[in-house]
Amino acid sequence: MPIYSAKVMEHFMNPRNVGEIENADGIGEVGNPVCGDMMTFYIKVKDNRLEDVKFKTFGCGAAIAVSSMVSEMAKGKTLEEAMKINANMVANELEGLPKNKLHCSNLGDEALHKAIENYLSKKSGKPVATRVETAGDEHEHETGEPCYCPYCEEEIMDADSPFCQHCQVALGSAPGAESR
Amino acid sequence: MKKVYLDNTATTPLLPEVRTAMLPFLEETFGNPSSLHDWGDAAREAMEVARAQVARLIGANAEEIIFTGSGTESNNFAIKGLALAQQNKGKHIIVSAIEHFSVLHSARTLEKWGFEVTMLPVDKYGVVNPEDVRKSLRKDTVLVSVMQANGEVGSIEPIGEIARITRERNITFHTDAVATAGSIPVNVSELGIDALSLAGNQFYGPKGVGALWVRKGVRIIPLLDGGIQEGGRRAGTENVPAIVGLGKAAELATSNMPARIKHFTALRDALLKELPAKIDHTVVTGHPRNRLPGNASFCVEFIEGEAMLMLLNSQGIAVSSGSACTSRALKASHVLIAMGISHELAQGSLLFGFGLDNTSEDIDYVLEVLPAVVNRLRQMSPLYAKFIKESKGVT
Repeated sequence: MPIYSAKVMEHFMNPRNVGEIENADGIGEVGNPVCGDMMTFYIKVKDNRLEDVKFKTFGCGAAIAVSSMVSEMAKGKTLEEAMKINANMVANELEGLPKNKLHCSNLGDEALHKAIENYLSKKSGKPVATRVETAGDEHEHETGEPCYCPYCEEEIMDADSPFCQHCQVALGSAPGAESR
Repeated sequence: MKKVYLDNTATTPLLPEVRTAMLPFLEETFGNPSSLHDWGDAAREAMEVARAQVARLIGANAEEIIFTGSGTESNNFAIKGLALAQQNKGKHIIVSAIEHFSVLHSARTLEKWGFEVTMLPVDKYGVVNPEDVRKSLRKDTVLVSVMQANGEVGSIEPIGEIARITRERNITFHTDAVATAGSIPVNVSELGIDALSLAGNQFYGPKGVGALWVRKGVRIIPLLDGGIQEGGRRAGTENVPAIVGLGKAAELATSNMPARIKHFTALRDALLKELPAKIDHTVVTGHPRNRLPGNASFCVEFIEGEAMLMLLNSQGIAVSSGSACTSRALKASHVLIAMGISHELAQGSLLFGFGLDNTSEDIDYVLEVLPAVVNRLRQMSPLYAKFIKESKGVT
């Protein structure tokens, strides 16, 4: 099994808040075709607070644990407080994530933020940008979230390269590949 | 808790007979095979027995067997060593798209050294068309390498036919037989090939030992220099206990192969039939019939492999997956992608590798546990929710 913290395992085995909210006030979806994780968050808002948060996730153990943790962290918070939840905080609450999963599976905060933005734009009747977009932040997830070399942890620029451009280590997968 | 090991593709356990054969060489018979005294003689003699046992497994001559440290080393040695030995004749090699990374990345290294590499496509079952090999041959082609079977999807390749084509043109042909040697009958003379890689931990031998067979008269440049071991072709003091274990495992595989194949085939066919019947939207990957006896591979739609592995493990079942999330580099299996399977579907890859200890009760246990695991993850999956909504919309 991947080296996951006890907290990640606990959230993976017993994920909180799985499901959809009918007539949700906001829905946020993030997907990652390169690394394969996809998350949808649903929120119910009352008096500017997240009364309910639910999610659906397609992805690995880390992705499921992250979604569960984000839903738990967000529930009951004001929208402003919830917008401040970031990937680092989620990883810390989970007592760490494997390095190579930090950027590909830790998308829960984004899905949550998108749900809140969706709610705010519906409410105001126009698109709302509630946060400063960091470089490549959003469209990168559509064209391919950056992945990081599991060996040297540098960003992999060319997703199709069989080698890490930095440390020259071979990349890829195959069952048993690492045991031969 | 019930424990069911179904990851014999990653490694098989060590047979007790193999362990017993190895033990003296971890204890009193510790000599270096190169030494000129009784201690050395004992180690050398044991090694030569093992060489004959491995040769017999693949219908080769003992002197043509070179012991290595793994299947990966054998493949590196074959691809680089056979190509470099003929670089004056030409600098073009051909490999299939579904080779193990030890072949593919060796080919990539040759590219850096000025070689050109042609990658052969495969069909939806992961099978190479020999005609594609013929079409890819060039005047300067010096090496073709196609695996005998792919361990990940089980499909068996038409090695004999490909070898006939390469022989007509006098081009060296290597096959990676790591998934087949010790599992199905392999005879290098009948196949008409020039070099073959195998590994001990695929058929109940120890880890850390493999072999490369190179037909007598075929030149190969060593990867490791600095010693006279293995006829000067692989320097370094030999791993005598592991080599003895590899030999014993080869001997047992040779004599027990028909019974093993019968045992594995029954388990495989049961799972190939019953799993898709029990779990809808599950597809078999690889060839439906012409596949390794111990291999059953699937893709389960709408969910991801690592999550399935973790939940199965929590119930004592060990399997593997070619999903992106299970690989360290987070990339989907190149084998599944080469077969035309989408990244999304490849995420749900599951691979069962049967072993000698498995019984039909193990299959029953998988069929009892897996549907609930799949259901649990599908209930969590936005892709599944979308699918359900869309199919309701249609009806």
